[in-house]
Amino acid sequence: MTGRSTVDEDPRHPLGGDRASTGRLGDRIFGGLATTSGILIVVLVTLVGVFLLWQAVPSLLKNEANFLLSREWSPSGANPRFGILELAWGTLITSVIAMIIAVPLGVAVALFITQYAPPWLSKPAASTIDLLAAVPSIVYGFWGLNIAGQYFQPVLSGIDGALGWLPVFEDQGTSAKSTLAFAGMILAIMILPIVTAISREVFAQVPTTHKEGALALGATRWEMIRVAVLPYGKPGVISAAMLGLGRALGETLAVLILLSTLSANADWSFSIFNGGSTFASRIAQGAGEFDTPQKTGAYIAAGLVLFVVTFVVNATARIVIDRRKAFTE
Amino acid sequence: MAKRIDVKDLDIYYGDFKAVEGVTMTVEPRSVTAFIGPSGCGKSTVLRTLNRMHEVIPGGRVEGSVMLDDQDLYASSMDPVAVRRTVGMVFQRPNPFPTMSIRDNVAAGLRLNGVKKKSVLDEVVEQSLRGANLWTEVKDRLDKPGAGLSGGQQQRLCIARAIAVNPQVLLMDEPCSALDPISTLAIEDLINDLKSEYTIVIVTHNMQQAARVSDQTAFFNLKATGEPGRLVEIGETQRIFSNPTEKATEDYISGRFG
Repeated sequence: MTGRSTVDEDPRHPLGGDRASTGRLGDRIFGGLATTSGILIVVLVTLVGVFLLWQAVPSLLKNEANFLLSREWSPSGANPRFGILELAWGTLITSVIAMIIAVPLGVAVALFITQYAPPWLSKPAASTIDLLAAVPSIVYGFWGLNIAGQYFQPVLSGIDGALGWLPVFEDQGTSAKSTLAFAGMILAIMILPIVTAISREVFAQVPTTHKEGALALGATRWEMIRVAVLPYGKPGVISAAMLGLGRALGETLAVLILLSTLSANADWSFSIFNGGSTFASRIAQGAGEFDTPQKTGAYIAAGLVLFVVTFVVNATARIVIDRRKAFTE
Repeated sequence: MAKRIDVKDLDIYYGDFKAVEGVTMTVEPRSVTAFIGPSGCGKSTVLRTLNRMHEVIPGGRVEGSVMLDDQDLYASSMDPVAVRRTVGMVFQRPNPFPTMSIRDNVAAGLRLNGVKKKSVLDEVVEQSLRGANLWTEVKDRLDKPGAGLSGGQQQRLCIARAIAVNPQVLLMDEPCSALDPISTLAIEDLINDLKSEYTIVIVTHNMQQAARVSDQTAFFNLKATGEPGRLVEIGETQRIFSNPTEKATEDYISGRFG
């Protein structure tokens, strides 16, 4: 999960594979259970993919708009027209904002807890961060909508005043708490515990000998972190970020109650101070009216895209981590 | 560039626990001094006070003085980071930075000092690797990870890394205890070579090694369990091994305890 289980995955490891099996009953039962679980999960993922495809394809065939490039969303009727452009943009930009905030912050918090904080402080601080992960997402959405949102209005006006000439920061007149930018910030708080917890774990595992090696060369505390801690923790931080991204991409409720949806004929805008929809929020919104297979299929097609994107994100993370392995023992 | 070390009435504490008491000794420049003694007697602790590495452990502090020529290492104006740049250290387990190539490992200390010029770095890398008797073995794979070398090579890489910043003193904390006899021999040869340029202090559990490599030997022991460690005797290696003054030293060397 953190990219550190090299021993388990190394085929040359003496106990790898089943060669250590003695053929005794306990070995066979446990081996069988483990193998079944492994196969089950692969089958499950494949089935989900197949199910999504099977449900989505008929609707996609009837779709009269470009599925990838259209902003329209009227999936019912004799001439359905629907596309995911707006959803893709909303999902992407909220997740990117969340990552930009949460990853550096999470890494910084993890470094503080493992490298700077005195022992009496680091444990409570770590538990507090973990506690953030236990808060249900609806609570975050509600808190953002009713409490935090009003404080974002001046921030929005400030950024718009200074950088409003950039299309991405242009004020669209949307209430601050209903913008993509604010939804991204709430998502950042939601993924912060995951990023922090996993980063903290890998930073805590940095061998003392590496840290002392750096210090003995005359490194300051920060230089020691740069030379010994960060490089060692890098694959872990990448997987932490990817897990966080996975949650941000799929987060539904908080985004649903925050974002103001755009009307069908609104002008296209790249501004983060605009309303919008994500894949998940659009699907949740439509959930009450899945009356015809054709309409349902349109939503499922959107879900399929989210599924593929999440899959690709995770696969990319794995590749990045594996490439670094030669340098991490 | 080698400097003389003068330790006077040194007490070492971890929090309230007094780990070592009353150490006084002199280490001449361009010589090898070996610390021997049973486990837990404080020899590594004393070694680590010579470059203030014991302060890395929470609560570590000293009373007394450690002078490097005429510099007081524990003067309030002295920055521990500066001390460690002057007094290099090699550890028990080889600890090359796993994410760095061989070249970057050796250059790490220089980079910390702000040296960026590639020609300078390359030159120092070659010099240091030659100095550590490792150049011919790795010159064709400087960009490969340092962790891919054998244990003995890794330890020589760590020595190269330590001498790359041109220290005055080189401390070695049981540098061969994780190595096989052949690699150990290579390190011992290297210590003999390095002696002409550096002041070396080495902690070892291997008395033959102390006898082979050192000019001066210091024997540390505990008075009793739970009591602080102390320096029992220090003197020319040959005398310590043939004709020690203290009974405890003789017992330890002849294998009667420890």
